Amino acid sequence: MIGLAILLVLVFLAVAAPLLTTHDPVQQHLSTVLRPPSLEYPLGTDYLGRDILTRLFYGGRLSLAIGFLAVAIGLIFGVPLGAVSGYYGGWADLIIQRIADILLSFPGFLLALSLVSILGIGLQNVILSVGISAIPSFIRLVRSSVLSIRELTYIEAAHSVGTHDAAIILRHVMPNAMTPVIVQATLNLGTAILTAAGLGFLGLGVQPPTPEWGTMLGEGRNYIFSNPNMATFPGLAIFFAVLGFNLLGDGLRDALDPRMKQF
Amino acid sequence: MARYITQRLVIAVITLLGVSTIVFLMLHLLPGDPARMIAGLLASDQDIARIRIQLGLDKPLVVQYLLFLGNLLHGNLGISARTSDPVLTDVLQRLPATIELAVISTALATLVGILAGVIAATRPNTILDYVLSALTLFGVSMPVYWLGLMLIIVFAVNLHMLPAAGDDSSTSFILPSLTLAAFSVALIARMTRASMLEVLGQDYVRTARAKGMRENRVLLRHALKNAFIPILTVIGLQFGTLLGGAILTESVFGWPGIGLLLVDSIFARDYPMVQGIVLVFSTLFILLNLGVDLLYAYFDPRIHFA
Repeated sequence: MIGLAILLVLVFLAVAAPLLTTHDPVQQHLSTVLRPPSLEYPLGTDYLGRDILTRLFYGGRLSLAIGFLAVAIGLIFGVPLGAVSGYYGGWADLIIQRIADILLSFPGFLLALSLVSILGIGLQNVILSVGISAIPSFIRLVRSSVLSIRELTYIEAAHSVGTHDAAIILRHVMPNAMTPVIVQATLNLGTAILTAAGLGFLGLGVQPPTPEWGTMLGEGRNYIFSNPNMATFPGLAIFFAVLGFNLLGDGLRDALDPRMKQF
Repeated sequence: MARYITQRLVIAVITLLGVSTIVFLMLHLLPGDPARMIAGLLASDQDIARIRIQLGLDKPLVVQYLLFLGNLLHGNLGISARTSDPVLTDVLQRLPATIELAVISTALATLVGILAGVIAATRPNTILDYVLSALTLFGVSMPVYWLGLMLIIVFAVNLHMLPAAGDDSSTSFILPSLTLAAFSVALIARMTRASMLEVLGQDYVRTARAKGMRENRVLLRHALKNAFIPILTVIGLQFGTLLGGAILTESVFGWPGIGLLLVDSIFARDYPMVQGIVLVFSTLFILLNLGVDLLYAYFDPRIHFA
């Protein structure tokens, strides 16, 4: 539950940002450039005189939202494809699985990076790229749960009373296949935030002056001599968000399905 | 056995073909004119027409695809839009730096990860186990690019012990390798611990102990060898993450490998180069997984390769 606590704090700081700070996250103040930490600027200011802490609060909004939206894309496409693949088998299964195989053979971050390089830089494309690269793992996971559920007696019973395939999948198969999906989605939120922030770090994500943790870290790398806080704290924020989702995901897995306890 | 190997090889070839197809389609699936995309916003109509002919974009899609595959078979990855060198030449020149980083990091991660995992598994629920578990959890949650910057701040900026960037000095590889290895160390340690704990509860381990075998020998000969299959799987899978991490690590440290070249090429809109590097990265990953599949046979003769 430490994971949930960390996440609630981060979400609260992001949502309540305007109440917690009076500084503007974007407005430049060239008279207060690269200040060290002080009462007014608890973490100092960045190279354009903006309060780093304020930008962290506001940055959380985008970084967390990108994570949620990207995983939503992964779920919306991955779960139905995985269900169809596992339930019907045959050609549909073969084709869907080969596509998943191929997408999974682009090593991790590379798929999102390639997609962004084609779609172009910017918020929407980052969400889309990270979302698409989350699809194949959900396809795999849902397919394997559906495969085992398909053979169970209650599915046979549903068939024998003449229930439609669509109704069987929606009412009988999916509710029982969702546990690992929920766990995986939680863990994927962490991965999605890491990937999106990585794109931001390279300068391919959310564009300045909009605050986003990865982009802030990328800007901070140029100032590690004059104000290391610019790089240190956005990274810490990403770290805590990912840690929170990892802890929550592990906790959910242990609570929902002790048999899955592997790692 | 031969059938298993053949089957793995066929799957690897099919996957490679699929990956090449996707890399080829990268430029064509999008709305808009690829020639215009490559040329950039400021290009004149003549420039765009020239690029279209130069890249064969005036031919039908199927013809382009077959030409693309034909060229791949001859090791022709196209011409860089930025340097006008063959893509393959530039990639081959930068590849050794990436391989060096990947090999050192994987070796480090395997060694440290397995050691930490075995130590934790042999002392379950002790303070040492908890500390190692916490460290590995931190390791898998940490952004590599951030860890890299923090190492630069501590060891290069503050302590002046190691170079911050480049590969000019004999100690240049240390910080990038540590950065890149961190995630994999954590992942391998977690898998080793889980896998060892399971194996240590088996009857044959108790038998080995009961007949008075030394504990080290029990751990290495009986437990670790049997726990190794899931560990090997993780080592193979993490290699993908590692290659992805290499792109970011090289960018942090200005390490002159193909990851840095990829990022530079994306910014320069050098699409032939981007396609070539993506293809090389994926091929490396596929070949490595093929290697892991084949190693299974060695570690578990029971796998009879359905």
